[in-house]
Amino acid sequence: MPKRSIVPFGPQHPVLPEPIHLDLVLEDEKVIEAIPSIGYVHRGLESLVTKKDFNEMVYVTERICGICSFMHGMGYSMAVEKIMNVEVPRRAEYLRTIWAEMSRIHSHLLWLGLLADAFGFESLFMQSWRLREKILDMFEISTGGRVIFSVNKIGGVLKDMPADMLNQFVSILNDMEKDLRATTKVFLEDYTVKSRLVGVGILTKEDAIRRGAVGPMMRASGIEVDMRKTGYAAYNDIDFELITSKECDSYGRCCVRIDEIFQSIEIIRQAVKKIPDTELSATVKGFPNGEAFVRLEQPRGEAFYYVRANGSKFLDRMRVRTPTFANLPALTQTLQGCQFADVPLLILTIDPCISCTER
Amino acid sequence: MKNIHKSPWLLHYDGSSCNGCDIEVLACTTPVYDVERFGVVNTGNPMHADIFLITGGINSQNEEVVRQIYEQMPNPKVVVAVGTCACTGGIFKECYNIKGGVDTVIPVDIYVPGCAARPESIIDGVVKAVGLFREKHLKEKEGEKA
Amino acid sequence: MEELQKDIYKIEKVELLPVIMEKKNDYWRLLQICCAFADGKYEVTYSFASGYEIANYRLVVEKDEEVPSISRVYKAAIFYENEMKELFGLNVEHMKVDLQNKLYRIDAEVPFMKEEDK
Repeated sequence: MPKRSIVPFGPQHPVLPEPIHLDLVLEDEKVIEAIPSIGYVHRGLESLVTKKDFNEMVYVTERICGICSFMHGMGYSMAVEKIMNVEVPRRAEYLRTIWAEMSRIHSHLLWLGLLADAFGFESLFMQSWRLREKILDMFEISTGGRVIFSVNKIGGVLKDMPADMLNQFVSILNDMEKDLRATTKVFLEDYTVKSRLVGVGILTKEDAIRRGAVGPMMRASGIEVDMRKTGYAAYNDIDFELITSKECDSYGRCCVRIDEIFQSIEIIRQAVKKIPDTELSATVKGFPNGEAFVRLEQPRGEAFYYVRANGSKFLDRMRVRTPTFANLPALTQTLQGCQFADVPLLILTIDPCISCTER
Repeated sequence: MKNIHKSPWLLHYDGSSCNGCDIEVLACTTPVYDVERFGVVNTGNPMHADIFLITGGINSQNEEVVRQIYEQMPNPKVVVAVGTCACTGGIFKECYNIKGGVDTVIPVDIYVPGCAARPESIIDGVVKAVGLFREKHLKEKEGEKA
Repeated sequence: MEELQKDIYKIEKVELLPVIMEKKNDYWRLLQICCAFADGKYEVTYSFASGYEIANYRLVVEKDEEVPSISRVYKAAIFYENEMKELFGLNVEHMKVDLQNKLYRIDAEVPFMKEEDK
């Protein structure tokens, strides 16, 4: 009869950049059950709708998370625009698409770095983050910020990217692609990396649906859903393929994210070619009244925004269901039956963003 | 132990931040900004750490964690609050679950403002912390002699 | 069941479990559960998705009324239901795992309710 013991994991742990606590029930080295407990980052920013007006809330929603900050602002703006029936100018939609794809590249590179760190491959971590800095430089040139951009507003965007800047970005991305291939090749082909990823943390297709997994986590289990295909912003003009994997394991998730980096570069190239020359924002008059929900694809998966307005300056309710919140049940599923030493790696494969989860 | 002031070790803990400053602190340890050239090393163990970098405000649950980490660190120690949230509570100050900046729980030596704090200012904060750590260390040594 | 606007349906409490079971058997996934408090009543919205399709079911309940838990059908609902209970004080019955208002472990009691509504 193996001995049972409970090991607390977190909130402060070398592999976790963010605080989450897990109680791991172990039988010798095998994890029987994982009980997550959250709340270390809970701020309650959804309740700020009663204190900040609906325009200011764009900046608050951006600060739900510093990694997908652009997409949070975009999702919230889209929901309010839907309530107010604002037609966003096409150029603004394209600019949003370009920034959103840049966010995806930087988020996936960040994740690759942290994953490498989790299995102790430090030089790979540094390489991924070195490449990521180029994207951050592009953000800095175009918006002025590195992680928080504040370029969204209700009805459009605040800053423009002139044609020469866009072309410069495309040439930076073209140069980067070679470096990216070399770095990601290590993730996909290196023997030591593969031995840590292949077959670890299986999430079957059925479990992924039952547990409500989203994003790369779900696509790595062979489910073909990507909210970008619903055609919000400028995605309806852009031609791209869905990326899925049938592996269902950590290696599959890694493959999906790596392919998405190259796909995002391709989407930016297409968007730069097609971007029309229009206004940057539509005029917005009055206060929103009604309710709307918006779904969009963040780097970590599908996010859900719900806004309920009452015709005054302050909204009744703003809710964000972030991708990590939906992936937590899937995480507890993959942790069951894994080895204790794989726990940090498995937590990372869902690409956790705790400040998103708890808001 | 004589030369301990030459290479203080860093510990980073994320309070209730939005991740922005948090990621910037990590970015500082990577090749482009490379804060390690000032002799500091990032560690995960509070008992090895001399400089405590903390991002984000304090809420009712992480209050105890922050205090515990601070107490586990050996003396002398320097606390750096990175980002507006860690300094004052920032944009989340009015939220029901935010008590305020880090100084509501532990004494803070150096404040690094910014939302999100830029890597340059984080490096500046760390360099100041290294200087302060050296000062504190020398003072402690003199105290021992006397 | 009445359609309020596109993809949002209002349902009665007795309809909830049959609707949920039907969704489960059709392999829909739980997208989210959202609680809002307006005009002295709770609005609980259950969203389901299958591929790109979406369906929202809205339950309107009085302040002290109980809401049946769906966490025995959809395990993922545990987090959402505990969240509603902790932040709004919504009375969810028979949850599979009741965290006793300790999901976020906040000091404030039902912070999403205004003082006068408590």
